[in-house]
Amino acid sequence: MAKAVDKQAELKLLYDMLSIRRFEEKAQQQYQMQKIGGFLHLYIGQEAVAVGSVAGCEHRDYIITAYRDHGHALARGMGMNEAMAEIFGKSTGCSKGLGGSMHYFDKKNNMMGGHAIIGQHLPLATGFAFAARYRGEDRVVLAYMGDGAINIGSFHEALNLAGLYRLPVIFICENNQFSMGTAVSRSNPLKEIVNRGAGYDMKSLVMDGMDVRAVRETIADISTKIRTNPEPYWVECRTYRYRGHSMSDPGNYRTKEELEKHKKDDPITNFSATLIKEGLLTDEEYKKMDAEIKALAAESVKFAEASPEPDVSTLHDYTSVVTDPNYQPLPTTPEIKTQNPFHC
Amino acid sequence: MQMREITYRQALNEALAEELDRDQNVFLMGEEVAQYNGAYKISQGLLDRFGPKRVIDTPIAEAGFAGLGLGASMVGLRPIVEFMTFSFSLVAFDQLVNNAPNMLTMSGGQFHCPIVFRGPNGPAHQLGATHMHATECLFANFPGLRVVIPSTPRDAKGLLKASVRDDNPVIFQEVEMLYSSKGLVEPPMPDFDLVIPLGKANVSREGTDLTVLSYGRTMPMALRAAEEVAKAHGLHVEVIDLRSIKPLDLETILNSVAKTHRVVVAEQGRPFCGIGSELTFQIQEHAFDELDAPIARVSMDEVCMPYSEVLEHAALPSEEKIVAAIKATCGL
Repeated sequence: MAKAVDKQAELKLLYDMLSIRRFEEKAQQQYQMQKIGGFLHLYIGQEAVAVGSVAGCEHRDYIITAYRDHGHALARGMGMNEAMAEIFGKSTGCSKGLGGSMHYFDKKNNMMGGHAIIGQHLPLATGFAFAARYRGEDRVVLAYMGDGAINIGSFHEALNLAGLYRLPVIFICENNQFSMGTAVSRSNPLKEIVNRGAGYDMKSLVMDGMDVRAVRETIADISTKIRTNPEPYWVECRTYRYRGHSMSDPGNYRTKEELEKHKKDDPITNFSATLIKEGLLTDEEYKKMDAEIKALAAESVKFAEASPEPDVSTLHDYTSVVTDPNYQPLPTTPEIKTQNPFHC
Repeated sequence: MQMREITYRQALNEALAEELDRDQNVFLMGEEVAQYNGAYKISQGLLDRFGPKRVIDTPIAEAGFAGLGLGASMVGLRPIVEFMTFSFSLVAFDQLVNNAPNMLTMSGGQFHCPIVFRGPNGPAHQLGATHMHATECLFANFPGLRVVIPSTPRDAKGLLKASVRDDNPVIFQEVEMLYSSKGLVEPPMPDFDLVIPLGKANVSREGTDLTVLSYGRTMPMALRAAEEVAKAHGLHVEVIDLRSIKPLDLETILNSVAKTHRVVVAEQGRPFCGIGSELTFQIQEHAFDELDAPIARVSMDEVCMPYSEVLEHAALPSEEKIVAAIKATCGL
């Protein structure tokens, strides 16, 4: 019985990674057909990071990421339909077509957004963890960023605050080796990105971002620890993005050979081969799974195309919110005065 | 109800204490707010009364703690974040204008930010170029932010309490030069809650000859100027305290213009793209035919603020400048 449960969990890792890839291939195609506008930043190549880390934490844990956010949202359970409709700017999108590719939000799945200004979301992540500690909840926060985020002020302020108040945030740097077209070695003087944590006396480690199981085990281990003993972690996750920074980027800053070398490390190809070797999957089943996912991705395009545009009469509906007249304040009790969850 | 005289500072302190007491979801965070009791002593005694979980000192990292507050507000807490001055909020500008108001739209209505950013704003005395920016026009340009500026102790208390209870991000800008000013405020009572709704201007002085539109630091100057022209020239000047720049109470403004037909704007900030620019546009758009004279404006000069007391005085709006503008607008 235990074996059967494990098998399902393993297959889900593959299913989720493949879903991200097929969804994004479809999105890329739609962009090239000029059916969608704005920016489109693809996650292809990095799927093991989102899928493995989400599998390593609990649904109640908050996740937040930057603008390359499709993978994290899908891994957290967002449907392809609402994801594709968002890129199409349709009212059925996850953010009702108001956010776009870079601003996927999914409150029911504790996906706290894709955020498009570099490093800007990291202080927010400390706020989620702060609120969890404030309320005595055992939630942790997974805060993802690219390697380009580690040089901006908000990053440093967030890590400092998380360390100071002992907030349960796992800061996950998805080191895909380029901030847009600038190689890591050209954007900071660190020998290794993992060293950034030392400046905050933060427990730090490196993980292989192309190995979905390794990511899952590492995040599960850290989240279990900090759920009961809150403190932040700094994790450098080594990965690689196959596509350009965005759709307008031909990737002239790297060689074809380099790209091909990394594709040999492909998280999906490698993991499906492993599952087949372990007897958890057959080649036939893999093909069936892939066909099923491709059909869902194609279906999401149809759904998005058939969905209504936002009604122009709603243009001003999201500028401000009507204050909830039924809000119930929680009166202060004497014991709160003695609590000191932030050690300050 | 028996009113008592308290300072603007004490009024703010009472508002904070009452809101912290009323709702556990409210907490106060900022530089020196806890152990030091506040750089301007607005949070005096609050750490002792509410403890270190509710009143939290931060490092000097405005972008960090503004963002922390915003994150906490997205998941249901109601933070009050103090900036030692709004001049320092500029290093957190991205959090304030790109995160706070945008969250509702970007998430398609899934997340909103019930948070108050508060602290002194605008001209003080000889703080030089960097520490006394009047930032209200910057924030007022971003849809979704409330911008509130009290000029009396009673408004300071009532508007701050309303701001904490508002479900939208509120930029609550205090006036350093008024912290020690006094005014009548209802005493704290179990069955009375002083909450002044946001977006409602106050007719601070009634008149029929001319309307002065003002807020914040220039309000006491405008009232003294109105007194002076009444004595010297028999003019009946109406003085309106906007109290909140956003939402703007256009109805009260237009009613006054329809009565007086002459307008002077007295603002603490600079003129270019300032609050006066907006007020002037709105009045001409909605009440052009009511005007008997061009609208005059008294603002901070278009300069970076010099340290010299003499030059500072020359750059700032004053009672004398408002009197001169009133007289000119009335053809005197």
